[in-house]
Amino acid sequence: MASEFHHALVIGASSGIGEALARKLAAQGALVSIVARRADELERIAGEINDLCGEERAFPFPQDVLRRDEIPHLFQEIPRAMGGLDLVIYAAGVMPEVDFEEYDTSKDSLMVEVNLLGAMAWLNEAARRFNKLGSGTIVGIGSIAGDRGRSANPGYNTSKGALAIYLEALRNRVARRGVRVVTIKPGFVDTPMTFGKPGLLWLISAERAAEIILAKARRGVVCAYVPARWRLVSWVIGSIPSFLFRRLKI
Amino acid sequence: MRGGGEGEEQTPDSGPLSAEKLASVAGFGRAVAAAGYVSQPQSVEELQEILEVASSREWKVTLRGTGRSYGDAALRSEAIVLDLRRMNRILSWDRESGVIDIEPGVTIEQMWQSTLPQGWWPPVVPGTMRPTLGGCLAMNVHGKNNWQAGTVGDHCLEFDLMPPSGEVRTVRPDTDAELFQAVIGSFGQLGVLTRIRMQLKRVETGSVRVTAVPVGDLGEMLQRMDGAKDDHEYVVGWLDAFAQGKRLGRGQIHLASYLAAKDHPSPQESLNLESQSLPDRVFGVLPKSKMWWFARFVTNRFGMRWVNSVKYFHARIFERNKTYDQSLAAFQFLLDYMPGWERAYPADGGLIQHQSFVPAGSAEEVFREQLEICHRYRMPSFLAVLKCHRADDFLLSHAVDGFSLALDFPVTAKNRQRLWAMIQELSQPVVAAGGRFYPAKDAAISAQLFQATWREGQLARFSKLKSEIDPRGRLTSALAERLLLPSH
Repeated sequence: MASEFHHALVIGASSGIGEALARKLAAQGALVSIVARRADELERIAGEINDLCGEERAFPFPQDVLRRDEIPHLFQEIPRAMGGLDLVIYAAGVMPEVDFEEYDTSKDSLMVEVNLLGAMAWLNEAARRFNKLGSGTIVGIGSIAGDRGRSANPGYNTSKGALAIYLEALRNRVARRGVRVVTIKPGFVDTPMTFGKPGLLWLISAERAAEIILAKARRGVVCAYVPARWRLVSWVIGSIPSFLFRRLKI
Repeated sequence: MRGGGEGEEQTPDSGPLSAEKLASVAGFGRAVAAAGYVSQPQSVEELQEILEVASSREWKVTLRGTGRSYGDAALRSEAIVLDLRRMNRILSWDRESGVIDIEPGVTIEQMWQSTLPQGWWPPVVPGTMRPTLGGCLAMNVHGKNNWQAGTVGDHCLEFDLMPPSGEVRTVRPDTDAELFQAVIGSFGQLGVLTRIRMQLKRVETGSVRVTAVPVGDLGEMLQRMDGAKDDHEYVVGWLDAFAQGKRLGRGQIHLASYLAAKDHPSPQESLNLESQSLPDRVFGVLPKSKMWWFARFVTNRFGMRWVNSVKYFHARIFERNKTYDQSLAAFQFLLDYMPGWERAYPADGGLIQHQSFVPAGSAEEVFREQLEICHRYRMPSFLAVLKCHRADDFLLSHAVDGFSLALDFPVTAKNRQRLWAMIQELSQPVVAAGGRFYPAKDAAISAQLFQATWREGQLARFSKLKSEIDPRGRLTSALAERLLLPSH
């Protein structure tokens, strides 16, 4: 059954898909708390949303996802500010440029910290709360890049692949209590993360991606590729035998 | 801009705001629910500590008893929910005068079971014995004898009030009339009642003599109920809300009076708790605790049409003017006959109730219109009950000199929006006729409709008291915010 969201939390809402999701949720009538590291960007986005809606619908909470000890407290304050919480989306993510010959552990650990551990810290709190209340929807923004280990960016593949496994495990933990966990795997989306990169196949806007993601979240699907045709691509890539795959530069 | 930066207070591991206190709290009808931090204080001191935390961390507080209000009276999102069920001691009981001192979490059941064997009965009880007395006074509930016995508040002799500041004061109707009349029926917005003194009623037996009278339509129902008021202690009407046209309002009236000792073969025995126990099986076979599970199969429009018709024809054919004796508990607490009956309503929505109070002169016209509106929406009430009332002086009083009609409706994910719209439409003729609504039952009406029923200056008087007693608006509820706040 489709659910309507009234009180949403988007982590990683200062740009890209996260920002588009926050704007779309507010435009659809939901109250939305937005979390990101950059306070000025958050203020600007919240101000624009509130001006557009003619009332306070966006609640900015600046936070660096690396500071995981702050999250339990915020998880009490955010629902209090909005008067509830029924949707949590983790959209924060980083993908630094990595050269083909580069083996930079600091870049890899940043991706694991932000893309994976940050998600686990925020979504563990979401699962704890929703599990207790017996309802709620959790959405994790993974990536098609997490479906296979590729030569271009091992750290990014690892963080998104592990995120998908974490989300699946979380789903299996909380589904019996009526909580939904949705894994989203976008293809190429026109965001600052992909800006200027070559060979972006089937590029869609962040707004379009947000629209699809919210439709999937409402239906509570298990895993959705955005747009859906990436599922076929993922299947094809997944079917390539390793001895061939290692020769490809993807 | 909020933040989780340095120096922010961390979520406590214990106390009223610890994560393990978080729970989903629903109204009795299950149609509305909210997440809150539930605390169960056992003493005045614990209560004070919780209020201190709420004050220092600027959290809202909602009062709750057994959660028998149908709608959103005892819940609020992201607030501390003070569940007072564990403050349930009977502090003193005087079997000579019938005066009892209790904590707010004492239920009606607990109270009458302690006093009836000595010949004392609560003069006003609702249709279930499960509510707490704190809750009964907060909503100022009534029974089937409201026109002559008033509300629960009319039998309260005094109470101790703890406002959010934590200092307890005793409030009596003679010395503190304004505050007394404002606190009772104020949905717990002015403080916690930490001690309640009630006057019970002397009864000679534990029975009532009941007469069942079938009636053919709404006009006859109201006329007969009005005519029966002088000769009976209790008058209640059930009507088949599925009937239309000339049969609209057909149903059955139950008239009852306390049975005198001379009319009872064993008056003393009838006061014993064994004589009052509700049968726990239907037809001697089916356990009542499981009945709601079977009832689910008829709790739909077609099933309830059939149930209402069968009940009506049974009343006409087998119970016509039948008189019989019944225990006080069996007569009063009809809603407790099938424990968990509310679970027979749809799992995805539950039920809501709407109870309108209308002056006697307009009652037939308004109730007729309401029943017709339900038919037009194709959402006839599954259970409809009429009662007789009198006006009272409580500040937020819901009663008028006249009648009330209580209508139960099933809620589903699909009908919810339309049902809420229908409730607004049902309310309009009530407002036009100078009627009122009953917050204990409500989940849906708008602030505008609710406040249109108030006397001039009533809200201003309440707001003034509220700002004196609870200037930070610490005590609140979803109901209070829905019905009171928009005009504050």
